[in-house]
Amino acid sequence: MIDQEKGYVVFTEEMKKTHTILVPNMLPMHFKIIGKVLERSGYKVELLETSGPQIAETGLKYVHNDTCYPAILVIGQFLDALQSGKYDPDKVALILFQTGGGCRASNYIHLLRKALTKAGMGHVPVISLSLAGLEHHPGFRLTVPLLKRMMYGVLYGDLLMTLVNQCKPYEITRGSAQALADRWTERLAQEMTVGGKANYRQVKANYRRMLDDFAKLPVARRDKVMVGIVGEIFVKYSPLGNNNLEQFLVDEGAEVVVPGLLDFCLYCVYNNLLDHKFYGMQKHVQALYQVAYRFLLGKEKDMIDTMEAHGRFTPPTLFTHTISLVQGTISMGVKMGEGWLLTAEMLELADKGVENIVCTQPFGCLPNHICGKGMMKPIKAKNPGINIVAIDYDAGATKVNQENRLKLMLANAKQAAKKPEAVPVPVQEVVFEEKIPQSIQKTARGAAL
Amino acid sequence: MTKQSKLALGIDIGSTTAKIVVVEDGTIRFEKYQRHFSQVRQKTLELLAEAVGVVGERPFTAAISGSAGLGLAESAGVPFVQEVFATGEVVRRMEPDASAVIELGGEDAKIIFFDGGIDERMNGTCAGGTGAFIDQMAMLLNVTADELDELSLKSTRLYPIASRCGVFAKTDIQPLLNQGANHADVAASIYQAVVNQTIAGLAQGRRIRGKVLFLGGPLYYCKGLRIRFQETLKLTDEEAVFPEYGRFAVAMGAALYGENAGGTYTMDALRRKIETSPAVRSGENLLPPLFASEEDYAAFRARHAGSDVPRRDIADYSGGAWLGIDCGSTTTKVALLGEGRELLYTYYSSNRGNPVEIVREQLEHIYGLCAGRITIRGSAVTGYGEELIRAAFGVDKGVVETIAHYTAAKHFCPEVDFILDIGGQDIKCFKILNGAIDSIMLNEACSSGCGSFIETFAKSMGCDVAEFARKGLHAAAPVNLGSRCTVFMNSSVKQSQKDGATVEDISAGLSVSVVKNAIYKVIRAGSAGELGEHVVVQGGTFYNDAVLRAFEMELGREVIRPAIAGLMGAYGAALYAMDLEKSALVSPEALRGFTHTAKAAVCQGCTNHCRLTVNSFGGGKKYISGNQCQKGLGLANAQELPSLYAWKREALMGLRPGPDIRGTIGLPLALGMYELLPLWHALFTSLGFKAEVSGLSTRRIYEKGQFSIPSDTACYPAKIMHGHMEVLLERGVDAIFYPSLTYNVDERGGDNHYNCPVVAYYAELLRGNMDDLEQTRFLSPFLNINEPRELSRELYACLSPVFPDITKKEVKKAVEAAFVAYEAHMLAVRKQGEEAVAWAREHGKRIMILAGRPYHIDPEIGHGIDKLAASLGFVVVSEDSICHLADPAPVHVLNQWTYHARLYRAARFACENPDVQLVQLVSFGCGVDAITTDEVRRILEEAGKLYTQIKIDEITNLGAVKIRLRSLIGALEEKGV
Repeated sequence: MIDQEKGYVVFTEEMKKTHTILVPNMLPMHFKIIGKVLERSGYKVELLETSGPQIAETGLKYVHNDTCYPAILVIGQFLDALQSGKYDPDKVALILFQTGGGCRASNYIHLLRKALTKAGMGHVPVISLSLAGLEHHPGFRLTVPLLKRMMYGVLYGDLLMTLVNQCKPYEITRGSAQALADRWTERLAQEMTVGGKANYRQVKANYRRMLDDFAKLPVARRDKVMVGIVGEIFVKYSPLGNNNLEQFLVDEGAEVVVPGLLDFCLYCVYNNLLDHKFYGMQKHVQALYQVAYRFLLGKEKDMIDTMEAHGRFTPPTLFTHTISLVQGTISMGVKMGEGWLLTAEMLELADKGVENIVCTQPFGCLPNHICGKGMMKPIKAKNPGINIVAIDYDAGATKVNQENRLKLMLANAKQAAKKPEAVPVPVQEVVFEEKIPQSIQKTARGAAL
Repeated sequence: MTKQSKLALGIDIGSTTAKIVVVEDGTIRFEKYQRHFSQVRQKTLELLAEAVGVVGERPFTAAISGSAGLGLAESAGVPFVQEVFATGEVVRRMEPDASAVIELGGEDAKIIFFDGGIDERMNGTCAGGTGAFIDQMAMLLNVTADELDELSLKSTRLYPIASRCGVFAKTDIQPLLNQGANHADVAASIYQAVVNQTIAGLAQGRRIRGKVLFLGGPLYYCKGLRIRFQETLKLTDEEAVFPEYGRFAVAMGAALYGENAGGTYTMDALRRKIETSPAVRSGENLLPPLFASEEDYAAFRARHAGSDVPRRDIADYSGGAWLGIDCGSTTTKVALLGEGRELLYTYYSSNRGNPVEIVREQLEHIYGLCAGRITIRGSAVTGYGEELIRAAFGVDKGVVETIAHYTAAKHFCPEVDFILDIGGQDIKCFKILNGAIDSIMLNEACSSGCGSFIETFAKSMGCDVAEFARKGLHAAAPVNLGSRCTVFMNSSVKQSQKDGATVEDISAGLSVSVVKNAIYKVIRAGSAGELGEHVVVQGGTFYNDAVLRAFEMELGREVIRPAIAGLMGAYGAALYAMDLEKSALVSPEALRGFTHTAKAAVCQGCTNHCRLTVNSFGGGKKYISGNQCQKGLGLANAQELPSLYAWKREALMGLRPGPDIRGTIGLPLALGMYELLPLWHALFTSLGFKAEVSGLSTRRIYEKGQFSIPSDTACYPAKIMHGHMEVLLERGVDAIFYPSLTYNVDERGGDNHYNCPVVAYYAELLRGNMDDLEQTRFLSPFLNINEPRELSRELYACLSPVFPDITKKEVKKAVEAAFVAYEAHMLAVRKQGEEAVAWAREHGKRIMILAGRPYHIDPEIGHGIDKLAASLGFVVVSEDSICHLADPAPVHVLNQWTYHARLYRAARFACENPDVQLVQLVSFGCGVDAITTDEVRRILEEAGKLYTQIKIDEITNLGAVKIRLRSLIGALEEKGV
């Protein structure tokens, strides 16, 4: 029941044994692995993989309709699950990530609790997963080894996402890239469970194996227009939030480039360093954040190095380079929501030669007025060839309107690609003759795409 | 043999119209433009059939464009080109020297810039429905689109009309009509709203100048719209080009595109392809049918037939009678009751843009029916037109809508505990507890116009609303059209039509949408239990059985719908008048000599210059509307009540610039500057700068800066900032200062002390989007205003590169002076707050906390709501003037913004004091308020207080606000508070 002093239902140590923790789905591959990491630490975890219009409908029913779309979806997904009868409401807990930043996203957890109360399930505990330590739940402790393994999950997820994005538009067998990624997700998740190996040497070895596996995937020549996706974190990644944007772009003949989740983690940590630089705040914890920042940076560099050494795929951009690109466009003091990182990612994409960008945001997203739509003019001034389209996502927004705008962006992208100076250097057609391994074929059939 | 000429066919299927062109060697051989009424495939085939004469048997290339053409092109396998892209291609070829193109369609507005880097843009989500909006507005004025255009050419002045979206614009237009504004002026103002919306939404910091091409249907047909564009953009006749092919530009672009898209067709082959293309209905977002069977419907009908009132034929009645008039936003209703409360006569009709005339006709008619046998002994009027009708016809009583509706519902169902009224423009809900209105929920601006939307939509489909409603009853698969607002719904309807939804499915879907909007946006109920046992639903919209059924289904409970659902306001008003014995209503004789003229005027009472409409009814009787305060009515000498809003404005305006020793620093008075002006003013004055404040906002200031707004869904207080920067640039200051403050002043009232992202970082946006800022030095340092030492360090780092002679010591001293000034200001605010409360108690006045943010005191942002409240007898205090009188209470949200922490404390203060009411001002687009409104409402309602929310934006018409405040007063009076 509600802890009077704290004002919320606490997730107790008892509950760790009895309750299943439901996890919302933002990035299917990342979260699957991270879910298994939690299981290894003794939690019962279930990743919600539901979709469909009833999720937004449920959300609209229990959340203020002017709240951002991600809140409506995440809370809608939770309540839809709880009301489905699949779970014992006395044996279930929910978890949400909370940054504690100045964006209203930090309030999602409170809105979820209000919604639960409204739905008559106010007793269901909601765990705040927060590095800022906004709440305290005795049954859920973020230990260093746990955090470390969760970070491996992020790294794996980022690599898999990058590889899928680079293979999917060119795959010979439809669905084969995702099927391979699913197989890897399964395998990595397995490794994360009790008894599995999850040391960093193993992680790096896995990188190489993944790269090798994906390199073997039969693909056609890489010659499609590249389209980057940036934006508010949920609608940027979640197919539920963005009407399956990635798939739409791939079907329209584009190769999608999506900056990874690690960038966002680095951004969160780095902002604490900036708070000190800008305002002289957080003095006593600077050393700790420095260590964390260096550590994450090192991990990112290892992944990039491994990819470069392998040579076949384009690695993500190093965070330090991303930072250097943003100077002079937006101040790094802008730290609410995706803040300066959003601007930086658009610049990073342009820097890589990905000049077509979809900037996604929930309708009425406050930080994106500034760092998304507000920065397009200066970004265009710096990169005259850039082709950005801002798409709003909302329960009431129509798909036709969104797709029509995306089509405009794609038409301009394809036009630009035709211009002589933009013609890519002819690449020799690489079609791998090898047979697809049996195991992948199996999953390929099972994958519904 | 002659050389075979090249033949290309282009089809453009937009949201409303279909266009076709046949181009032969670069010349148009055939063109046709038609509305398609969502019969996309059929219309396309018809157009093709007409082109046969020109094309004959010859082969041609073809492509389809347009938002509604996408699905057809895909399923028929014909090349498709996006319409803006197509336009760009055509213009590049036809007018290589064009610098920009503006194209308006039925749903979308587009802009293309050619000079200085090609940039193609489409409107944001909110600003949808340009052409559709003009159509709807014409319907509101009861004219055709062509007549609207003719009217607009005769205008003499423009009214300010909100331009954010169609819903907001309509909210401004509807009351103008009801107040008797000149239709010609309204027509021109409608066009101006379209122009403002296009510029504010699409220019995004780029100046529209040079040779500008205007394309698309609305710009081809509406001459008045062209004039408004040309004047607003200050284009010469040479620069503003309205080409003859304006309607066909996209189709021509499609033809061009088709030439190189591969694929040659003969007419037969193309028609076959389109005919046989599979109809794809996405089908994922369908709802269950309203009625499973005819029997279900019959049972439903029977159940609701029971709720009626006694009636009596007026012809065989004699004696006293009481008249009730409900002059609503879109309809006028009349009810005449006999001594036994039986209905003698009723009337229900659309306003047709002139409610005064309708009421006059009705009175004439009623007097005829009375024929000396019946004496009208009392009369009352309610609704938006209450004051106008009262003044015009000498109606005895004016009654607030909520009270009228409650009076009627109570008569019907004495134990009623929940009333929902869905009218044309408004949704009103109230809970009844112990015989008094316990809480009132009124829709905010976004939910407006749901009821009338069904009606206008029905008309556009060529049927009346009753017929349209009937169609929905047995729809097999109602479509889910969302519930955000009618602009979004309209766009969803368009999509569903393209997906092949039937009129039946759309009718049912719209009913469900309106109901969901009421339940989840206005009532905010999660379950039926929250409403009550005895729910009465009323309002004209509930005549629609589909709406009633959808409501019962969504709620999972049976409700009562009186047979006179649409007349309940008038019925309640008549009941309300029944304690009268003798009526002062205009006599039959006087009615014959009745005249009505409306004249526009500008109030010169203060700098606000309200635009007034002066209605004269002959015999010196007048009614003036459009005023924000009493001055315009010549009633200035009414007792001036203390108002913290007025006091704060005066305090800020009273800050005089110091001597100019080092230069002038411009301070834009918007967003966070409203809070910290005393601090920055003292700081720069101490440093020897002349602190130049941009001043209070006006509409004019907003318009000055609207072209550089990059995000049209941002809040009005942010968008107006652009105008303030322009003002300061015009004044030629040496530097402009607007700092970035992630953290606001820490008042220890919450979990953290953030600013919202917009207040915190708007400076970064301004720097990136206002080119002219390069003319000056724009200082926007990131500052920590909670640590004087830190602040000195940061300010010195910011100022010393620009003003090298500034010393650290001076800055330190200035910071000290700044904090002293700020503390003194806040202390004065709190003291004034306490004094206002004490004064009110001494004089027995009600106290209203008009709770918003510091910038809501701005006359343009707050639209004079504080003055309106004062004129209704409230002593107005601001949230920051009294929040110190209550302790921070635990809240169920993350209380991390300084301004909002004040809000929660102010709510607490209202709870602790019976004579204090809280009205929350919410700016459209304030994401944070989606969180605070629910929480403030919870705090108040848990303590048994009424919660009133007013959503504001550019909308200037205070009609809806007045109704909200008067409802509050009405409910308080009922409660005896």
